[in-house]
Amino acid sequence: MSEADLAALKPVTPFVKIPQAGPPYLQGCKCSACSEVQVGERTVCPRCGARDAMQAIKLADTGKLYNFTVVYRNFPGIEVPFVSAIVDLDGGGTLKGNLVDIEPDPAKLAFDMPVKVVFRDAGRADKAGNRYLAYFFTPAEAA
Amino acid sequence: MSDVYVVGVDMIKFGRFPDRTVENIGAEAALMALDDCGLTIHDMQALYCGNLFQSSAAVGQRILREIGQTGIPVVNVANACATGATAFREGWMAIKAGVYDLVLAVGVEQMGKGLLGGAGGGEGIPTEGLLGSGTMPATFAHVGLEHTRQYGTTFEQFAKVSVKNHHHSTMNAKAMYQKETPLEEVMGAEMISWPNTKLMCSVNVDGSAAAVLCSEKKARELGLMDRAVRVRASALASDPYSTRNFAMMDFNGATRLAAKTAYEMAGLGPEDVNLVELHDCFATAELVHYENLGLCGDGEAGRMIDTGETALGGRVPVNVSGGLLSKGHPLGATGIANIYEIATHLRGEAGARQVEGARIGLTHVVGAGSACAVHVLEKVN
Repeated sequence: MSEADLAALKPVTPFVKIPQAGPPYLQGCKCSACSEVQVGERTVCPRCGARDAMQAIKLADTGKLYNFTVVYRNFPGIEVPFVSAIVDLDGGGTLKGNLVDIEPDPAKLAFDMPVKVVFRDAGRADKAGNRYLAYFFTPAEAA
Repeated sequence: MSDVYVVGVDMIKFGRFPDRTVENIGAEAALMALDDCGLTIHDMQALYCGNLFQSSAAVGQRILREIGQTGIPVVNVANACATGATAFREGWMAIKAGVYDLVLAVGVEQMGKGLLGGAGGGEGIPTEGLLGSGTMPATFAHVGLEHTRQYGTTFEQFAKVSVKNHHHSTMNAKAMYQKETPLEEVMGAEMISWPNTKLMCSVNVDGSAAAVLCSEKKARELGLMDRAVRVRASALASDPYSTRNFAMMDFNGATRLAAKTAYEMAGLGPEDVNLVELHDCFATAELVHYENLGLCGDGEAGRMIDTGETALGGRVPVNVSGGLLSKGHPLGATGIANIYEIATHLRGEAGARQVEGARIGLTHVVGAGSACAVHVLEKVN
């Protein structure tokens, strides 16, 4: 996706960052008191309660599949089946997202399979016609 | 501090009542609980009302309009799936504190049918099915598959929970369903979110349950000790920090915390418990809570369901009411309905599903967010 295309999109969630230059990334933060990594921005550490200790970091775009389910039934208008995946990012931070580019079949999914974070058009617009950039997980070749 | 007793308790048969109001449904259980102990609304010093979907609309006061507007204080409680149990606990605390001797706790919900969870926020676009799933069947699929990941728990083992609880409900006239569901039927039902099939999801129903709580002094004065049930422990917990909390709702941490507090307060352990009503909102949830409540060691839940230890007649029967899976799950009512179930066994009034010789029972509810309540109840006479 070109920078011009990216600039036309809004982030689907506040922790998706679209910089003026360079590729999009996931925003995280790390507590300088207890070293725990969080997804998104915080001012207080939910783990240890430290204040003014959270440092902004870029989260990794690689990780491992911690947990999954294949969703077969959902609300009208939501395309099924799809894989709801919970991914432990390398270096810290765990988030939920759709695992794509793989058959949505429990037999094809394995705990700890390596995945990559990719950014694509969400395929949904809001009422004002704005389009959004979302993150997805895709299977990665084992290193 | 004096002990607190349940002197009156009842629930309506769960079902679907689209033509009734939520206060009318709640009032029915309230009157049944009062009748159960021969008291009236004039004897009640406060009302604690649990309801989730109309939590900003004074449901407790509306119930009093149906059963007698005596002017007593009303507290309306909303706390996810622990709503009813939290209302009960607020009443328990007020008596424990010596503020009142007699209070009424009511839990009520009017649900409608369909999926819960996954609702979008106000800004931007809906993210359900885009950033994973926030529906309850998917959320609890993740809970179950975490157990599979750790211990190899199978689809069949999860499905056996539904077979058991649906079997139990054939003996409970107040359950939404009284229908056997053989293993092949459970496993062959429509897959909603792997590994939960439709028959492994709790039933969304309307319902209400109510309890009259009483101080020991007042219960003796009124001659109500014969059928009274002692509250040995009341514990409430939220989810303590866990590393994956942002991505996965944590029902385990909150349950373990509430269970530990409850056992300590009661001065007993899981080995002393004769029966349990726990939060089987999905078949996958029941198994993890065997371990969270200490009914078995970590990793042993699969064995427990395989060997029938938690079926009626087993070592520690779980959800002999039919559970949320078959009795139904009217969110705000559930926490008091499971107190009704345990009290009925401790009173020896459970009929065909009676757990023989039951002296100690435990109730557990845990809701998304997370909120967990555990109560330990004891037979008095």
